[in-house]
Amino acid sequence: MAETGGHSPLEQFEINSIFPPGDHGEVGAFTFTNSSLTMVAALVLISAFLILGMRRGALVPGRMQSLAEMSYEFIAGLISDTVGAEGRRYFPIVFTLFMFILFGNLLGMLPYSFTFTSHIIVTFALALIVFIGVTILAIAKHGLHFFSFFVPPGAPIAMWPLLIPIEVISYLSRPISLSVRLFANMLAGHTLLKVIAGFIGLLGVFGILPFALVVALTGLEILIAFLQAYVFAILTCLYINDALHLH
Amino acid sequence: MELEAAKVIGAGLAVIGVIGSGIGIGNIFSSFIVAVGRNPAARGEVFTMTMLGFALVEAIALFALVIALLILFG
Repeated sequence: MAETGGHSPLEQFEINSIFPPGDHGEVGAFTFTNSSLTMVAALVLISAFLILGMRRGALVPGRMQSLAEMSYEFIAGLISDTVGAEGRRYFPIVFTLFMFILFGNLLGMLPYSFTFTSHIIVTFALALIVFIGVTILAIAKHGLHFFSFFVPPGAPIAMWPLLIPIEVISYLSRPISLSVRLFANMLAGHTLLKVIAGFIGLLGVFGILPFALVVALTGLEILIAFLQAYVFAILTCLYINDALHLH
Repeated sequence: MELEAAKVIGAGLAVIGVIGSGIGIGNIFSSFIVAVGRNPAARGEVFTMTMLGFALVEAIALFALVIALLILFG
């Protein structure tokens, strides 16, 4: 493999305290890590984007206000398309998830920064929020009738012993697929970037080829950052729709 | 067989699963092209669903990749 002075492409995913080693940056069991720092940065950026964008609430929006309104309308349109009018009360959670994941993915594209969505525990926590929230919503709305969700409509009763376990398993696999999709996309993208970038120094003057590839891959990664946030949001909306309407 | 050799062979076998994703993505975009060819006015709406479908199919490829990495480094 490449001798790059001992840096592995997986080093970018290491979680370290932002304080120098030996410093008592720990509060009990908690340490303020580079992951936490990036999350706080994402929060600050999202808040600044929205608050400063809407500061001048003009009827004809300027540039910043237009961007802030576009992000709102994007998710509001998504919710009204998938869930309908009664989905409007779930706008805050979908919008929060979308913006958090989007800014998290995009912040990871900055050089030397950390992608907090590339850790399965973070994406699993987000997916679990969606899964548990949607299940509680469905049970609260439909009571025990919720379990009719696992019976596919129009199936003969003889098929039920086969279909119901399949439906239950595919329902339980939702948080797993939701989290692993985001995590694996971020992990694979960033690892690939680092591995290709590792070849630039080695090839000397022919390093222009891996360099061009890294530029193209960075563009692709930015697209994937948007796409994965969008997919997470739309799947959340679809699960809310399933919970509210039970097919 | 040594554990290291078995791991590497296992990882190689696991990655074969991304073939399905290749076929799936080709399917999705071929349908997109046909749909836009028949009805160019529908391009915007169909494109949104195409992107959704692409991300979902790509996730399957990444599941296979994650299993391969788990086998190799787990």
